[in-house]
Amino acid sequence: MSDLLLGARMAFSGGRDGWARALLTAFGVGIGVALLLLAAAVPAMLQGRQARGDARFDFRLGEQLPAAANTLLVAPFDTEFRDRPVRGRLVRPEGPQAPLPPGVSALPRDGEVVVSPALKELLDSPEGSLFAPRLGGAEVVGTIGPQGLPGPHELAFYLGSDTLGSDGSNRIDAFGGGPPSEEFGPTLILLVVIIFVVLLLPIAVFLGAAVRFGGEPRERRLAALRLIGADRRMTRRIAAGEAVVGALLGIVVGGLLFAVGRQLVPLVTLWDISVYAGDVRPSLPIVALIVVAVPVVAVVVSLIALRRVAIEPLGVTRRASTTRRRLWWRLIPPAIGLVLLEPLVSDVRAVGEALTRHQVAAGVVLLLIGAVTLLPWLVDLLVRRLGRGPVAWQLAIRRLQLDSATSARLVSGVAVAVAGTIGLQMLFTGVQRQYTTETGEDPTRATSYVRLFDIPEGSAAMNQLLAVPGVTGGTGTLWARIARDGSSPEAAPAGYLRIGDCRALAEYAELGRCADGDVFRSLGPPDDGPSIDAFVPGTRIAVGERAASWTLPADTRTVPARANPIGWKRSEILATPGAIEAGRIGPLSVETYLDFDRDDPDTLERLRNTAVQLTRTSWVGRLSATAQADRFVTIQRGLYVGVVVTLLLIGVSMLVGLLEQLRERRRLLAMLVAVGTRRATLAWSVFWQTVVPVLIGLTVAVAFGLALGSVLLRMVNMPISVSWPVIGMSTGLAAAAVLLVTGLGLPALWRLMNPVGLRAE
Amino acid sequence: MSIGQTFLGLLEAGPRHGYDLKRAYDERFSHTRPLHFGQVYATLSRLLKNGLVEIDAVEPGEGPERKRYAITAAGVTDVQQWLSQPERPDLYLQNTLYTKVVLALLTGRAAADLLDIQRAEHLRVMRELTRRKAGGDLADQLICDHALFHLEADLRWLELTAARLDDLAGKVRA
Amino acid sequence: MTVEPLLVADQLTKSFGPTTALERASLQILAGEVVAVMGPSGSGKSTLLHCLAGIVAPDSGQVRYQGRDIGAMSDTARSALRRGEFGFVFQFGQLVPELTCLENVALPLRLNRLGRRAAERRAAEWLERLEVAEVSGKRPGEVSGGQGQRVAVARALVTAPKVIFADEPTGALDSLNGERVMRLLTDAARQTHAAVVLVTHEARVAAYSDREVVVRDGRTTGMERSGVAA
Repeated sequence: MSDLLLGARMAFSGGRDGWARALLTAFGVGIGVALLLLAAAVPAMLQGRQARGDARFDFRLGEQLPAAANTLLVAPFDTEFRDRPVRGRLVRPEGPQAPLPPGVSALPRDGEVVVSPALKELLDSPEGSLFAPRLGGAEVVGTIGPQGLPGPHELAFYLGSDTLGSDGSNRIDAFGGGPPSEEFGPTLILLVVIIFVVLLLPIAVFLGAAVRFGGEPRERRLAALRLIGADRRMTRRIAAGEAVVGALLGIVVGGLLFAVGRQLVPLVTLWDISVYAGDVRPSLPIVALIVVAVPVVAVVVSLIALRRVAIEPLGVTRRASTTRRRLWWRLIPPAIGLVLLEPLVSDVRAVGEALTRHQVAAGVVLLLIGAVTLLPWLVDLLVRRLGRGPVAWQLAIRRLQLDSATSARLVSGVAVAVAGTIGLQMLFTGVQRQYTTETGEDPTRATSYVRLFDIPEGSAAMNQLLAVPGVTGGTGTLWARIARDGSSPEAAPAGYLRIGDCRALAEYAELGRCADGDVFRSLGPPDDGPSIDAFVPGTRIAVGERAASWTLPADTRTVPARANPIGWKRSEILATPGAIEAGRIGPLSVETYLDFDRDDPDTLERLRNTAVQLTRTSWVGRLSATAQADRFVTIQRGLYVGVVVTLLLIGVSMLVGLLEQLRERRRLLAMLVAVGTRRATLAWSVFWQTVVPVLIGLTVAVAFGLALGSVLLRMVNMPISVSWPVIGMSTGLAAAAVLLVTGLGLPALWRLMNPVGLRAE
Repeated sequence: MSIGQTFLGLLEAGPRHGYDLKRAYDERFSHTRPLHFGQVYATLSRLLKNGLVEIDAVEPGEGPERKRYAITAAGVTDVQQWLSQPERPDLYLQNTLYTKVVLALLTGRAAADLLDIQRAEHLRVMRELTRRKAGGDLADQLICDHALFHLEADLRWLELTAARLDDLAGKVRA
Repeated sequence: MTVEPLLVADQLTKSFGPTTALERASLQILAGEVVAVMGPSGSGKSTLLHCLAGIVAPDSGQVRYQGRDIGAMSDTARSALRRGEFGFVFQFGQLVPELTCLENVALPLRLNRLGRRAAERRAAEWLERLEVAEVSGKRPGEVSGGQGQRVAVARALVTAPKVIFADEPTGALDSLNGERVMRLLTDAARQTHAAVVLVTHEARVAAYSDREVVVRDGRTTGMERSGVAA
């Protein structure tokens, strides 16, 4: 016990250097602990979001309720603003006891609106005028509290309405009570699991490196203790005490960093998801585990480190690791990993289940650990074969031959990060490509589309949309459901009738010649949508809700359908305005394709404003071939940020190691300078010494990354394709980190090359 | 230097004539001051009288008496005893150098000057010894080492004394 | 008859912070002579050696090698001079621990851009000459102190330098090994006609020199008997 305390005291002894070392360790461990805590908080984070999301569920399942004093009519009124989803609800209380949505203190009356803080901020900003029209000039009477929002940045509002009818709305007597929602699909869970593994493994490596900071002086101090009579066991206990102190301090620092960091969390919105600081709450068992495990790992790591050196009273000798590293056990983790992943390769749907989720996590972890375990063996093997070359190269390689473990350990962190990134990016690009090809939208034909459902004055609405400032042109059609007249409504073959001028109709079919008054039967692929076989020329048809009667003219031509700008292609009846009087049909739906300057996003918002004023149910969107892939861009960016942070962390520990090594060799450096060694030679030797293991590590990383990526792609049933830019980017980032480390180490090298170093000791 | 014990030591290797003994002694132990024959025969007859050596053979022939001496058991014991007895250290304190330093101190002269002069001289001798050592056999090396270490000890003592006196002078002046 | 000195130190002064290491120290080294720089520890011996070798720049005063002012040279030129014309033997910590002894000896040659093969052949010859051929494949950590020091001497001599700077070369050795190192060092230096600047506080080591210079409190106070022939 007293040995442990002595070790604890020694963690700070040694004046300024000692403190610097203790702080460095504490900070290093702290960063690791903070990230672990953050990772541990993710489940609670998602749970909190989900619980609040479920609590405001406002769709009643089962039979319709009768109107009562405690019922509320709710209708969805969702929209988007600048690609951010806005959750909108129209509400109309039917009695004094109408339920309140979570986070709302009083229901808005007609002409009043309750908004989320983020939306309020938006309304108060200069951009507010682009959104305000959608609220119909309602007065903001309150904000939605945190318990009514999944995250702080969500845009949401409850708009009061006196005119809302039971048609198209839900009558509820309470919020919540819906089926538990699944926020993340299986693929996404897979991604999240792997992202954490990819980011946490290097952090574990970093933690291991951080508790070794200051290893050399520590060993010298222990040697001094041996001299005054401490036995081997005592030195081990003292070292353990020292490590525990560093780790405990690190936990404190980590706790502080986490506490500060979680205040920053609400500032970030990733993939439309924002999180309250209060939700970032690591679960207690995991916190307990971290608090216990980190010091234990620190002690174990420092004891393992001691195993490699013989601390004798008169100094420290490093046991030459002449024993060749064995290969067989290093192959076990990746092998088990592959075995675990193998059954999942065929069926990704199973991934959502808890057991398989663990299986994926374990498989990926083991596969990546394989990179960690194989790397030292490989570095050892390769470095032994090198050696010929200029002096700088020789110095570097010989140094590595003597001790490749230290660099291999750090490089394995880099390797894991890069391998994971490559694997994930392969998955992303695969998934992305699929989404992109399936979009089918053709942005060259129009900038955006607006679809309005069942509005009385279709033509007027179309003209209103075309008149929105910024819109430079476009086409529009009206459409309605049709059925063959006379037959019973259920049995009657149904289809669609689309009314528009020749130019507009040309977006839907290969018309050939067309003049006002013409009618066409557009024939699409047989499987897509209702068939028009029943609608031959001369057929009497009932159009729209009012079943207005109309006969298909005898000169109706049959033409092949054409994919419209959003990629749909189906069979329908196309009529020019001269053939049918749209005004007598009743409510029609509007479908327009509009052109405007793609770089002017305001026009889109203005279109939404206009659409919302025309009808409650509208779709407004921008045509984009890659629209669906946007969300992956965000994750990809997030992953890159994570990897960069991880690489920087490892870079820091590499730098610390490099500086320690340089300091330890200060006499030698001074001597080399004294005998006339060029500075460039020494700089190159430091460079090679850092770069060679990293190069080997990156090679391993690329191999494991490709393996991981292939497995993941197979899991989601996608063809395996290698994206070289992704590999280039990931390895490039790692290479940049290494260059940065070497660059930052050079000033120290320059300073240590001062011949005054000869005077030391 | 005890000539008697040295002779006994030389005889331990085997019987020798008086003349050979003198030559061996001179070569190994006394380059600068050869023994007189009188000293040799006086010493040998004393050893003979004490029963430490005996006459091994008398060779007839021309010139001086040619007796060959051999060591007795008592003689071997005597050498053994002499070798195992430490020399009195004060022997070295009574040499001239010591006398000079003490005199310098008493007369207020700088010990450092004495040191510098003496060092040059010591080193001159030491260089000579070092050179001789390089060309000589084991016995040469041993005797030169012996001298070198003593000379070095002298110098070190002088250096320490000079440093001590400087220190003392500094204290007195302060 | 005056011989142009190989290396001249003229009125060197050097301070490290508040402590004065050298104060107007002067010294001349002739080609091929072995000069012992003696003095108590902390007297400035090593600093004088560092200044002479162009490792440390004096605060004032001049060091001339073959008539050229070392202080006026660029750092690169001084490094080249140390690589090409000088050899160094220190007390300890001078061999690169991860290189083999042979590679250590070959290092100065390779720094002078000699090919690896040729450099190692010459290094092997010198190891032979210094009676340590058997350690050539070992790392410095695996050889005895005396062997290591002889390897260091081989390294200092391998470039056939004009001046060898030896700073307490026997400081970490026992007498017998020290003697062996000194004998091999001075013999080899005399054979190659290299001058040796030997910093030591031991008279027995200094006895291998041709003459001695004493440094006390940063001043050279020895018998400046320049002109003593080797």
